Amino acid sequence: MKNPTTVERKSERELVVTRTFDGPATIVFEAWTKPELLQRWWVPKSFGMSFLSCEADVRTGGTYRFVFSHPDFDQPMAFFGRYIEVTPPSRIVWTNEESADGPVTTVTLEEKDGKTLLVLSELYPSKEALDEAIATGSTGTGAASEQFEQLDELLVTLV
Amino acid sequence: MACAITETLELRRHRVLEASQSGHLRALHRRVILNQMVQYQCAQLDTSFAALSDATRRGVLERLAQADASITELAEKFHMTLTGMKKHVRVLEQAGLVVTEKVGRVRVCRLGSRRLEEEAEWIERYRRLWEARFDELDRVVDELKRERRVDDTRSGGKSVDAGENGK
Repeated sequence: MKNPTTVERKSERELVVTRTFDGPATIVFEAWTKPELLQRWWVPKSFGMSFLSCEADVRTGGTYRFVFSHPDFDQPMAFFGRYIEVTPPSRIVWTNEESADGPVTTVTLEEKDGKTLLVLSELYPSKEALDEAIATGSTGTGAASEQFEQLDELLVTLV
Repeated sequence: MACAITETLELRRHRVLEASQSGHLRALHRRVILNQMVQYQCAQLDTSFAALSDATRRGVLERLAQADASITELAEKFHMTLTGMKKHVRVLEQAGLVVTEKVGRVRVCRLGSRRLEEEAEWIERYRRLWEARFDELDRVVDELKRERRVDDTRSGGKSVDAGENGK
């Protein structure tokens, strides 16, 4: 059975995602920090997106740039930023610089009895920035997400 | 029976909210705990139910659906004391149906629930994205674990071999 993924709006400007993995922290860390592995899970198949390129120099001070394509969009989408802190195998902190008020994302991995608890926090610069992300998400990207869902339904019938 | 009443109240609440202008519904800070969504919604429904059981409070919602209002304005409209109206507003606020904000010396009331619903929806979509990613990540982790196990057995075997050769 799959482990549950939970999300909580921890404060006015912070979202926290938690998930447990049935494996040691070293392995989960590796899957986050090797671009060839990251590419295999970062864009879920069901979202219809695919990587055009995935560059990630995962070390303190390094940068990343992910470029995706989606059949619904003419232009590719780029996501980029810097790694503020990388401490194997327990902590990765990076910026999200594709938008002006992007969050700082912190992933921590805590191993216990061969399992790893992952806590991902997205800390926005202000309450307004997170509210704004949510507000635009419920109109703009919200519509896109509905399209993705419709596309998913279509794919199911075609398979 | 209880369900029917709840549904009617929910319908009413939705109608009131539909009539509201989304531009007014900003700035609601509330914790939304997604993994407890069901319990949360039940609790929310209970407080909504309690909040909506009073005719004045239903009137206040309908009034706020037209435009934001101060507690003083609401008290005047419903021929109540300021203290009495404050109590009603607090009940509505606790149910997440109304949010209040101090603007200068005036406390302004506005409908708050749609914002909450939008936020809950957005957070659920965000959760689903991470869930989908992590379900794929499970596969990668499983595969790496299997590889490591094979490596371990191999290197373990080698050292045994070496030991035997040494003999």
